[in-house]
Amino acid sequence: MEILLVIIIGLLYAAGIYMMLRRSLVKLIIGLILLGNGANLLIFLLGKIVKGKPPIIGASEKMLGEIYADPVPQALILTAIVISFGLQAFAIILIKRAYKVVKTDDLDEMNATDEDL
Amino acid sequence: MNNPYIVLPVILQLFIAILLMFSWSSKNIQKLISVTGSLIALVISLLLLIKVDNEGIQIMQAGGWEAPFGITFVADTFSALLVLLTAIAGLAVSVYSVGSVRNARIKFGYFPIFHLLIMGLSGAFLTGDIFNLYVWFEIIIISSFVLLTLGGEKAQIEGAIKYVTMNLLASVIFLTAIAILYGLTGSLNMADLSLRVAEIENRGLVNVTAILFLVGFGIKSAVFPLYFWLPASYHTPPPAISAIFGGLLTKVGVYAMLRVFTLIFIPDTFLSTVIMVIAIFTILSGGIGALIQNNIRKVFSYLIICHIGFMLAGLGVYSTLAIAGAIFYLVHDIIVKTNLFMVSGLIFKFKGTYSMRLLGGFYKEHPKMSLLMAIPLFSLVGIPPLSGFWGKLLMIQGAIDQSNMLVVFFIILGSFLTLFIIARLWSEVFWKDGPELPEKKHIKYYNALKPLKRKAMVGSIVFLSLISLGIGFGAEWVMRLSIKIAENLMDPTLYIQAVLGN
Amino acid sequence: MKTIIFKTASVYLLPLLLLFSIFILLRGHYLPGGGFVGGLMASIAFVIHSFANGIEKTKNIMSIHPGFLMPVGLLLALASGALPLFFGESFMTGLWMENAVPVIGSVGTALFFDTGVYLVVIGVTLTIIFTISEGL
Repeated sequence: MEILLVIIIGLLYAAGIYMMLRRSLVKLIIGLILLGNGANLLIFLLGKIVKGKPPIIGASEKMLGEIYADPVPQALILTAIVISFGLQAFAIILIKRAYKVVKTDDLDEMNATDEDL
Repeated sequence: MNNPYIVLPVILQLFIAILLMFSWSSKNIQKLISVTGSLIALVISLLLLIKVDNEGIQIMQAGGWEAPFGITFVADTFSALLVLLTAIAGLAVSVYSVGSVRNARIKFGYFPIFHLLIMGLSGAFLTGDIFNLYVWFEIIIISSFVLLTLGGEKAQIEGAIKYVTMNLLASVIFLTAIAILYGLTGSLNMADLSLRVAEIENRGLVNVTAILFLVGFGIKSAVFPLYFWLPASYHTPPPAISAIFGGLLTKVGVYAMLRVFTLIFIPDTFLSTVIMVIAIFTILSGGIGALIQNNIRKVFSYLIICHIGFMLAGLGVYSTLAIAGAIFYLVHDIIVKTNLFMVSGLIFKFKGTYSMRLLGGFYKEHPKMSLLMAIPLFSLVGIPPLSGFWGKLLMIQGAIDQSNMLVVFFIILGSFLTLFIIARLWSEVFWKDGPELPEKKHIKYYNALKPLKRKAMVGSIVFLSLISLGIGFGAEWVMRLSIKIAENLMDPTLYIQAVLGN
Repeated sequence: MKTIIFKTASVYLLPLLLLFSIFILLRGHYLPGGGFVGGLMASIAFVIHSFANGIEKTKNIMSIHPGFLMPVGLLLALASGALPLFFGESFMTGLWMENAVPVIGSVGTALFFDTGVYLVVIGVTLTIIFTISEGL
């Protein structure tokens, strides 16, 4: 399971960076989304994967058993997902506006900010 | 010391934002709420700083969960000072916005989002949890995205794309770094991390994580070679927005670096060399970049980068004096950069252009206004006894003590570059006889503004100029605070004790 | 998408999904669910309705602008978080009523916080979706 996750995370990071290096705006956003997912899985992986041991204290016990699944990474991932949901919604609307205003999808042609005014 | 009220600066800003959202349609009520709220925030932050300075570090465990399990908010002198500076800059920009932001932008929620941005900044300064810091960073960047694109002009959108991309990338790198750090230590509380990271045997992995943090914060604070988004975007939004961006946004990155690299990752020779090299190149590229610019707002943007380099150099030297210098410079820079972007907006209101080639004769036409503008400009250069001088003096002293002459040389070179740039700007904008400028129809000139709006714009510049004069002439007071902060940063035992209990 | 089956179904689905979203919201403290999921569910209910009947009709049903839910929800969440401050406790400390309320169960500040999240999520999601689909 771990080795599979490692490969997937590597692929997601690689694909994300590759997509970000394209000149198209849409691919840029897709790249960012892939990178974000890679980072989320990385948190999940590095939080140590434990199967079938939920962090719940039984009625008769006072403490958790020796090995249990760490709930913190899941909380972190959930937070990160919610945040990236908002950011991606904004980014998508932004590229839509940009396409309307600049009339191109090509990053190389967006150089109005370098004009010497 | 446990004190549940240290989150008040954050809660207050959220409350103001909510009130503003309820009065969405009435722009006059919004202006009133924003200014009053910022004033209250200033008072609260001042009280917080006084309390922290007198009684030591104050902490709050959110939800009553003890550290290191819950989210801890920590107000040490450094955090409290920066929260106060945020409140000062927030008040000034809020008043300035009353005079300068167009009604169309207010209609789309300029004020609520502005206060959410201030909330994010205060939260980032107060938190003692690394993941919580990430969350505050996200709040800051998403509010800044909206502020940057509000209005939707072509240059704004294009600038925003570069800004958004680089900041999202920085967030992902920051998140990756947090993931690895959590994997290494199993903790997120910064005080706890400080203890646990010191125990890790595999220093190589620790250094890699530190570099990831450095890159993440580096993009946010615009250091070499990751600064290209800044001059592409900071000159596009209205001056009030550039002012808050230029004054505070990059400085959060510097704050995070100062915090993380003194508390969690103590720089070894490798790391401090990396920081120092980055600092030197940042000073150089920012200074040289500013030399060739013609748009005054772009000049100021490059100067931000140049001066970020100074603070980073202070961190790179890594001695109490040098870090105290960096903190003094941070204090000065927040006030002065905010002020400079507001000044550029005022110049635009008079002349209708930002181009140095077209500007001119400002001193002849408005001598009093020019003298007012001279204060932030020459504070920036650091002519003694104005505020920029003392921070650099401390840093140079610190670097000489460590016999680090390279840093001394580049700080002095950076100062000369700044001096040259400001002298050129002064002679181009204020002294030379400018060409007659045609009246542009879509611009509302200063003379056409209502008296209240004029007073709001000039008043906020006067307010910040007085504060930067105060920092310069009351340097003893700020220096005492900076040295206290630097001592606490270099020896974080007090911080760790306050958070973890024993 | 505007088939008669879908249109008829959407009218019945809307109240059902809203009820289900409230159920998800209420069970969220100890079981899977909560304000965020419930809010998304409720906004999906409105989105399905708008697919079938057009955005204008959905807006008429809602009778208030979804954007208005944002400050209301934020205020509720902030108030429930800040309430412990008046008792000298830390921000966001859970305060619970002593006796359980029938049907709902124990009531505490967490429930109000979750309700706030629920409202904010509905407001934000619907505002985003309506803005995107109007601009097309």
